[in-house]
Amino acid sequence: MLPLESKALIPNSLGPRLLKVVGLADFPSAALPCERMALDLRGAPAALIGREMLDLPWGGIIQSPDAPRDRERPYVEILGDQRVAKSGDVIELDPFRQRVASRYRRGDNGNVLFATERCNSYCVMCSQPPRQVQDDWRVSQLLDLIDLIDADEPSLAISGGEPTLLGDGLLEVVARCASVLPDTHLHILSNGRLLDGSTLHSRFEGIHPNLSWGIPLYGDHYGLHDYVVQSEGAFAQTLRGLYALEAAKQRIEIRVVLVRSTFERLPQIARYIQRNLPFVEHVALMGIEPIGFAKAHYADVWADPADFGDQLAAAVGMFDSSGIGVSLYNLPLCTIDRSLWPYAAQSISTWKNDYLPACASCSVKSKCGGFFSWVTPAWTSRAVAPVKEN
Amino acid sequence: MKFRPRDAFRASAGYQLLPMRFRRLPWDGDRVFVSSMAGDWLTMPAAAFQAFVSHELPDDSPYLADLQARHLAVVDVSKSSLAPLLSQYRSRKSYLMGGPALHIFVVSLRCHHTCSYCQVSRQGVNAQAFDLADSPAELAVERLFDWPSPELTIEFQGGEPLLNFEQVMRITRLIVARNQHEGRALRFVLASTLHDLTEEQLDFLAEHRFKLSTSLDGPEWLHNANRPRPGRDSYRRTIEGIERGRRRLGEDAVSALTTLTKLSLTVPEEIIDEYRKLGLHSISLRPLSPYGFATKTARRTGYATSDYLTFYKRAFLHLVAVNHSGYAMDESYAALLLSQLFTSFGHGYVDLRSPSGAGLGAVIYDYDGRVYPSDEARMLAAMGDPTWCLGDVSQPVSAWLESPAMASVLRAGVAEALPTCSDCAYVPLCGADPVEHYARQRDTVGHRPTSDFCQRNMGLFDFLLERFEKGSAEDQRLMQRWAMRQDSVEEAIHVAA
Repeated sequence: MLPLESKALIPNSLGPRLLKVVGLADFPSAALPCERMALDLRGAPAALIGREMLDLPWGGIIQSPDAPRDRERPYVEILGDQRVAKSGDVIELDPFRQRVASRYRRGDNGNVLFATERCNSYCVMCSQPPRQVQDDWRVSQLLDLIDLIDADEPSLAISGGEPTLLGDGLLEVVARCASVLPDTHLHILSNGRLLDGSTLHSRFEGIHPNLSWGIPLYGDHYGLHDYVVQSEGAFAQTLRGLYALEAAKQRIEIRVVLVRSTFERLPQIARYIQRNLPFVEHVALMGIEPIGFAKAHYADVWADPADFGDQLAAAVGMFDSSGIGVSLYNLPLCTIDRSLWPYAAQSISTWKNDYLPACASCSVKSKCGGFFSWVTPAWTSRAVAPVKEN
Repeated sequence: MKFRPRDAFRASAGYQLLPMRFRRLPWDGDRVFVSSMAGDWLTMPAAAFQAFVSHELPDDSPYLADLQARHLAVVDVSKSSLAPLLSQYRSRKSYLMGGPALHIFVVSLRCHHTCSYCQVSRQGVNAQAFDLADSPAELAVERLFDWPSPELTIEFQGGEPLLNFEQVMRITRLIVARNQHEGRALRFVLASTLHDLTEEQLDFLAEHRFKLSTSLDGPEWLHNANRPRPGRDSYRRTIEGIERGRRRLGEDAVSALTTLTKLSLTVPEEIIDEYRKLGLHSISLRPLSPYGFATKTARRTGYATSDYLTFYKRAFLHLVAVNHSGYAMDESYAALLLSQLFTSFGHGYVDLRSPSGAGLGAVIYDYDGRVYPSDEARMLAAMGDPTWCLGDVSQPVSAWLESPAMASVLRAGVAEALPTCSDCAYVPLCGADPVEHYARQRDTVGHRPTSDFCQRNMGLFDFLLERFEKGSAEDQRLMQRWAMRQDSVEEAIHVAA
């Protein structure tokens, strides 16, 4: 597991800021002004570090603990895990808390523009429990961050909380991505509830060349879905939101988190999607992330995929034959039938992805998505065992 | 905030019924097929259904979840949405959007065949008076673009359209030129015996990416018996035409249809094996139409719908075996009905729509410039009954739509509003065919208990549903594959050919 933050020595004079980390090798090709970059000198041979270079107006200079430094220059020393910042990443310096935090990781498969901590749902298995805080400041911070992201970044997610709570702010963020990162696929993870009955959906039409939405659906009738998201009326709102997005010609993915009650009705839910939402281009069937609210509701939400093989196969078969793309996320290969392996994705973001001791001797480990770093035995399928390829 | 258990999100005040129809399963009287107004459906025990409509199902009944998901019941209006039901309804009837997409140009009634069941009232090879002349052809092209459909399928028919190929080329060029600024998606089809297809003709067909639709009734002895022509070599010439067409236009560009005579009904396996031998992956087993010469020779070539269904069931079982042996082949009418059972989509087939596809899905421009709402309508006219003529190509499209013929189609063209159909559980998946009912029963509304159209479609729906229920997982997968194959549904457009 990679660290998200680390303690650091940061001069108080710097003030909070987002900086792009550049090494000696790649800063000459960086298109950003020095003020928005942190020069990474960790491990650099002293002979290569000239005074002229140090005198450039860097937003920060990341130095090894033992290296010489002076007060005039914006030196930053990372005290914890050095992997919190590497060349190409974007970090946030917080001089008040003396911490450095990772905001974008070059090469990671799961970079997120974190829109808000607020949410209008309260899902039983939420991995990122919402907080009712005023965090509209995030919009301007995201606009800053977007400028610092690699132009060849393949994909970004906008997540939260519920991003549509930002209203116009979300449109601003998407529009900035469209102008600064036109080649980066943008995926908004939203429950779609606020897209119902408002005009918000129509304003996304044509706004971005490569935008899609990931909308969760946990039931084929309101009693089931509303229970999972702990919000009355949510099922109807999400459905109307889905039709609103379709009307605005948006690309849509449905995300189904496999909590127990949902897993039990998975074939019916697949049928429901095929019949009522045939315009969706992809469905992700997702194992639970054992953190946040999920941990508090273990008995209600945990479902061992080994017990639901038939449901999983029926649902995948339904999507497959209907021409709706389908992927399995967060389900280790040893817990699902071999016929479903082609659908299993290595879906867990690198920083929170780990393997168990049992995986050491597994012949398909390199193809397997593995586990969330915070997996415990209770959240581990009884089917977990090394696969012996013949 | 406190988490609440599942029960807290279930209402306990009963439920409301949404519009629905049901049918006791003919093969299992204890169960019923229940369908929504958009054609979503389930089967359930008759006793549970009785309890359901009597509002006696308990709140936690698993049936209630299924019934809600299929839009047959609403438990709490304030927490449910009719949006999915309406969306399904819109998709199901999507064929209404844009107006007629299938436009059939009859370029000649001449034909070298003398088939006893001919639906078209063909004329002799030298009867040039039955060719489409230049001036009505030009007007027909004008009218074609008066329709709003963004997709236009132009099908050339006869008689034998190759006997007036000059006109096929002329019309095609006019359409392509006009489309330079119209920007419609065009699709050209030639419905032909493919006999004596020349390289020059193929050049032209290839240039405009024509699809070829031909008739192949089965093995040589059967085909030649059904389709007499001088030399008794119809089969050989058709096979040669198919091969030439495929070599030049691609394997998938040639499709074949059977016309089933009384003789055909005895050999379903042989007919299917013939298609397999030729490497064809789709077959269309269509019964005789009650038109053209077919009515006069009914006693010799005709048969009852029950005989057709018996044949069809045998053919279907053989086709399933052929597929399981590793050779993929579907039957286009089964694919059409299965697509209606297993998806919410509409379809391109004009003879199974409600409102009727006649005039709303298809328009026929006859050799003499007269216009009809369906192939069947112009065949009736050829037999001396002009009831269904919409007008002619010199008139604007609006005049056709205001014609008494179109009014007759529309009055009897909505299946949901026809006696007996209105209560039928299959009606959301089925259609109305006022012209066929008029032809067979002298009444556009028709009498369902004695209707061949009804007997055939209900018989096939029942049969396919029973096969699906009783079938192995492999059978079910096969039937679902057919249902999802959109191209086979499109091919069914040409069943009129």
